[in-house]
Amino acid sequence: MVTYIFRRLVTAALILLGASYLVYLLTAASGDPLEEFRANPTPQKQQLMDARTELLQLDTPAPLRYFKWFGGAVQCLVPFANSCDLGKNIAGQPITEALGFALVQTLTLVTAATVLAILIGITLGIVTALRQYSTLDYGVTFMAFLFFSLPIFWVAVLLKEFGAIGFNDFLRNPDVPLPAALGIGVVVGAVTAVAAGGTMRRRLLAGAVAFGFVTAVLIYFSATEWFKTPGLGPVVIAIAGVGIAFAVTLLSAGLKNRKALQSALIAVGVGVVFYFLLQPLLNEATFLMIVLLAVAFVLIGMGIGYLVGGYDRGQSMRAAAITSFLVGFLILLDRYMQAWPSYFNNSRVRGRPIATIGASTPNIQGDFWVLSLDSFTHLILPTLALILISLASYTRFTRASMLEIMNMDYIRTARAKGLSERTVIMRHAFRNALIPIATIVAFDIGALIGGAVITETVFSVRGMGFLFLDGIAHTDPNPVMGVFICVAITAMVFNLIADLAYSALDPRVRVKA
Amino acid sequence: MAEDEASRISAAAGVEPVLEAKGLSQGQIVRKRFLGHSGAIIGLVVFAFIFVLAFTSVGYLGIPGWWKYNHTQVSPLVNGGAPTSSLWPLAWGEHPFGQDRIGRDLFAMTMRGAQQSITIMIVIGLIAGLIGVVVGAISGYFRGWSEAILMRLTDVIIIIPALLLAAVMAALAGRRDQGSWFASFASTNGVLALGIFLGLISWVALARLMRGEFLSLREREFVDAARISGASNARIIFKHILPNAVGVLIVNVTLTMSAAILTETALSYLGVGVKAPDTSLGLLISQNQQAFATRPWLFWFPGMFIVLICLSINFIGDGLRDAFDPRQKKFNAKKAADHGGAAVQAGTVTGLGAPAPEDPRNDGPADGTRGQ
Repeated sequence: MVTYIFRRLVTAALILLGASYLVYLLTAASGDPLEEFRANPTPQKQQLMDARTELLQLDTPAPLRYFKWFGGAVQCLVPFANSCDLGKNIAGQPITEALGFALVQTLTLVTAATVLAILIGITLGIVTALRQYSTLDYGVTFMAFLFFSLPIFWVAVLLKEFGAIGFNDFLRNPDVPLPAALGIGVVVGAVTAVAAGGTMRRRLLAGAVAFGFVTAVLIYFSATEWFKTPGLGPVVIAIAGVGIAFAVTLLSAGLKNRKALQSALIAVGVGVVFYFLLQPLLNEATFLMIVLLAVAFVLIGMGIGYLVGGYDRGQSMRAAAITSFLVGFLILLDRYMQAWPSYFNNSRVRGRPIATIGASTPNIQGDFWVLSLDSFTHLILPTLALILISLASYTRFTRASMLEIMNMDYIRTARAKGLSERTVIMRHAFRNALIPIATIVAFDIGALIGGAVITETVFSVRGMGFLFLDGIAHTDPNPVMGVFICVAITAMVFNLIADLAYSALDPRVRVKA
Repeated sequence: MAEDEASRISAAAGVEPVLEAKGLSQGQIVRKRFLGHSGAIIGLVVFAFIFVLAFTSVGYLGIPGWWKYNHTQVSPLVNGGAPTSSLWPLAWGEHPFGQDRIGRDLFAMTMRGAQQSITIMIVIGLIAGLIGVVVGAISGYFRGWSEAILMRLTDVIIIIPALLLAAVMAALAGRRDQGSWFASFASTNGVLALGIFLGLISWVALARLMRGEFLSLREREFVDAARISGASNARIIFKHILPNAVGVLIVNVTLTMSAAILTETALSYLGVGVKAPDTSLGLLISQNQQAFATRPWLFWFPGMFIVLICLSINFIGDGLRDAFDPRQKKFNAKKAADHGGAAVQAGTVTGLGAPAPEDPRNDGPADGTRGQ
């Protein structure tokens, strides 16, 4: 095992060395960094050219300049020496500094999109595998192919047009006319009827309930101007919490486990009490406090599950902890909604909240809630675009993996010995279907740091992709090399992790020593 | 039909249809499965339609087409540049997709862009397929030092970003004044040069897959048999192993091609792909995205063509994968449960010409090879 890891790391280092040399030469060959000065008629032309030559060490030919760069870059490997030197970019800024800034921007943009795409994609993949050859399956398959074929820059421009400009216009005068409410209700009802499964009668019933509910809610929202002053309130949190408690128990322990259901419901009750207790505290919120509160909610849930007990204490604890966490999330959502009017009427936002460019409104003032709402409204469109594009491969992959598992002999054995369908799917099939998905998730997390070059360009986010593209545009090898090294190292490390994880998760696969 | 009856019986038993048992050749089985895949057939028809439309309408390689404008010609604005085509009553009009700000015909430009995208896609598919097969075959068949060198080479190329290579190529092609053979070739055949260049870097995934295929196939008995009867290495590779690996090859070349379209449009959008005065679908979107509010059609039509081409190629690839995939013949417990035991007892599982237990015309076979 150790030999294997060591060999892989040595090979990776050699590959990295060769590839980085090539990248350096290619970037240097792609243009002339002095070009903007050559046509410059001003008298200090020579001076400017000399300054840039000095800054980028242009007097050394590129094949040798690489080794100068390499000498600085190697120092990054020395721990705690703080002598990391990746050179400077064309504006004289150290690359390590620029990379740090770009990395934060990229990760805030891409992390949420990747996590959501993985969650939604796996869920859709499993549902379609369980309903193979149903209308839902065909519909989702077609959508997956469609999303797979969409050019992201096209989607991004469409989202800007309809998601930002259209939605902002709607928010200015938020009333939903009756035909629109009915239309949205019909669409939601039809989707629910298709997704529900079971007999035709059951599907139609589910569709009708969804239609009635959505239409009524939309008419209510329109009448009370909910979109201007949104909020959930304790009653909605309690009702939604009970729904969450039932759903979580159904999936994690089964409704037959009464103790688990009881602990989940108690967790909802405790959550509603906390809703009132936390309101004054949340006005002073910081990011750290939110994280601590999330941990506290999970711990409270586990405590409730422990106290309720039952024949399987672990299941009660799990159900209560997940429920408690989700109720905590609802309380957080409600607080964000309370902050919405003050954000909406902020002097810098001026009633057009959904932004199309950048990562935050320039010079915005406000408390924690306003600031995080601001980054949320900036992130929502690029995140949506990225989710749409990357959703398809997860869905297809999970569906294929799940179908293969469902045909295995041990699934038949599990059914034959009388296990409930929930146990067969959640315990025996789902966990094994996740093994191959774990590897592609590891790959994608490794690729995540490279950013989404095109998405960053369209939405003007100054992340890693932007840094890379900007370096290429100005024939500036140092930022290009910085981004390349970061991306290549993470990709290689995560490839190794993916291989090791596969052999750890699936004992049939062994790494070669 | 006898085949339908046979597949019906086996589907009833929960086993996917056993076309092999009917004495068909590999090619016939694949063709039958592919033609039964409705998504792939629709994809093929749509792609053929776009192909013919794009290459006949505005002409190609100096051959004039039947459309009255070309992508550079400026004509007076009709109807403020809005599209003149309409579905009801069905009419084509003077400028069916509309015109841009200075009066160029969008239909001609879109067709030209579709030509470019399809050309690049085919060039990439051919080059990547060729290099991928050669590298994969050599490293998988001969092993040893040639494998070590070639696989490390693919490792190096796989982590170099395509965007950088495209930018370098764009910069080199831009220097016409330097008079190198590359610059003069690239400036006259920009699209071809881009296709070749992208083909030279997109073979790596294919080479890895082919190597895997060769590694497993070279250990099979029929290869030993061929070697004992005195076949040369070249004959074993081309006559014995390659035909068995052709399924994986075709499927993945198709998928590489659909990815290539998106790469090309993205590069053109970023300004390092196809350059003005020539045009491409990505370039059209990039040029016109600011005009979305005033002239949305300039944005809709090129985008729709990208999606249509890519979607049809993806469906064709999916159909090919289903047709070639040997795992399609797996036992399906759910289907066995759905169909009940009576049919299993009535017919033989292999489906060798046994009488049909029920009317084959009622609901179509719900097997994995039909439908999408």
